[in-house]
Amino acid sequence: MKIERKNIEYIANLSRIELSDQEKEMFVHQLSDILSYIEKLNKLNTDNIKPMAYSLNTTNVFREDKLGQPISRDDAMFNAPSKMGVFFKVPKVIE
Amino acid sequence: MSLLRHTALQIKEKIISREIQATKLVGQVFEWIKYIEPKIQAFITLNEKGALEKAAEIDKKIENRQKVGLLAGIPIAVKDNICTKSLNTTCASKILQNFIPPYDAFVVNRLKEEDAIIIGKTNLDEFAMGSSTENSGYKITRNPWNQNCVPGGSSGGSAAAVAANFAFLALGSDTGGSVRQPAALCGVVGVKPTYGRVSRYGLIAFGSSLDQIGTFTRDVKDAALLLHAIAGYDSYDSTSTQVSVPEYSDGIEGGTGGLRIGIPKEYFAEGLNTEVRDAVKSALKIYERLGAKFVELSLPHTEYAVAVYYIIANAEASSNLARYDGVKYGYRTGESRGIIDMYCRTRSEGFGNEVKRRIMLGNYALSSGYYDAYYLKASKVRTLIKSDFDAAFEKVDCIICPTSPVPAFKIGERANNPLEMYLSDIYTIPANLAGIPGISIPCGFSKAGLPIGMQILTRHFEEKKMLQIAYAFERETDFHLKKPVLKGSTV
Repeated sequence: MKIERKNIEYIANLSRIELSDQEKEMFVHQLSDILSYIEKLNKLNTDNIKPMAYSLNTTNVFREDKLGQPISRDDAMFNAPSKMGVFFKVPKVIE
Repeated sequence: MSLLRHTALQIKEKIISREIQATKLVGQVFEWIKYIEPKIQAFITLNEKGALEKAAEIDKKIENRQKVGLLAGIPIAVKDNICTKSLNTTCASKILQNFIPPYDAFVVNRLKEEDAIIIGKTNLDEFAMGSSTENSGYKITRNPWNQNCVPGGSSGGSAAAVAANFAFLALGSDTGGSVRQPAALCGVVGVKPTYGRVSRYGLIAFGSSLDQIGTFTRDVKDAALLLHAIAGYDSYDSTSTQVSVPEYSDGIEGGTGGLRIGIPKEYFAEGLNTEVRDAVKSALKIYERLGAKFVELSLPHTEYAVAVYYIIANAEASSNLARYDGVKYGYRTGESRGIIDMYCRTRSEGFGNEVKRRIMLGNYALSSGYYDAYYLKASKVRTLIKSDFDAAFEKVDCIICPTSPVPAFKIGERANNPLEMYLSDIYTIPANLAGIPGISIPCGFSKAGLPIGMQILTRHFEEKKMLQIAYAFERETDFHLKKPVLKGSTV
């Protein structure tokens, strides 16, 4: 799989990562190498194979909807880089 | 023999019998760390004050003849991607450099309940993404056996801390080999339990269907002790299981009579260093002498495991790491034009290159038009890899193979070639994809004096049998007793 500069720009945007021209160049090469390696999976026929997401058979774990001991608001907000009163403060969302 | 060279069980005995006080021991530990750590760089954060307070509490309990925990007074190091309340937890990333968790991980809570003494948080590859601990956002950890070499990774700090006698025990996490590979490269015992055996609550998520917290110890009995303390159901992790936790130390000396050992040919093929191959083959002779039978077998999809892993782990990582947005915790960029720009700048400045590479690969594999070709395809091949193991375990009790294809490599040697680095985990990744447990134990040394590790794999939830098999070998050998000579060493 040949990755091009425009593919890198597209996935960098999806990933919310900004790249310099030099970084784009580096990632074009490295991701192309890795994806070429991954191509080997196409040698296998997997038409009738079920996909697997987890190694255990657990599905839909339910519990009682009971109030536990939550972390206090002060503790939960302690690490916020910017806050105002009881709110997380962020730059303008709507222009 | 210096106190610091003892096993955890021996040191616990000395503390409980009041031969030594926990506070004295902790004092010695930090004295040694201050002397040697500048050469090794195993820790991101030291917890000297907290450790001394906990030690004093344990000394008091013992003096008053109160009941003490399973890990009473044992100094332990914790990988810095496991949350510790009120103690900095960085994941070796700039994006979490000031993060102070408001809660303890399940395993940390267990350590505290069992009276272990947490001495510090250890270095790792940023977000546990790497096989050498060179990708840390803070420092490069060095292998205690040769400081020009890597300790392996991503739990390189924890492995080095146990090998360098900084800690008697350590916790790490293993997504594709991040406990077993550094254990092999540092000459210590490393256990990755069955997926679901140990709660992941408070382990900062990387690849959620693969991540499992594991142990570093100086011998197999210590591994049984520590695993017993941290295993078990936790309602805060819906993938943790209710399967009961056996007493892992019971019957550990039971031997290996009648044991059927599977030798998978794919794990001894091209790419395996000859010294590693010879060491593992010699180890197998010891099992033969002990009465085990060998079964040559094939795990035919092994060659696809690395490719499957780098799709699945990175797809999961790209989703897990979306939470680092500079809003609720962690680093935020200085100036920005609106919220999207703030996200982009925060993440670009906060993440290192390997993390960016993996997030982008993961998002690519999940993106519209590519999902079927990559993620779905990989999930299907994952089924085939698991089926290989299921078929093998019909015929054998365990599988023995090398842990890493090479002994510790030089710092910088693989740093510029991500794909080559990914192949370091070729023998450890399949166990994570299948969810089975694995242990790496010391089985020899290279001519250059670097440790070599051997891996034992068993069925899901058969950790007890795995430890018993490992102990049978350890009892016959002294590889685990060898220690690196650290310059100026008085230990």
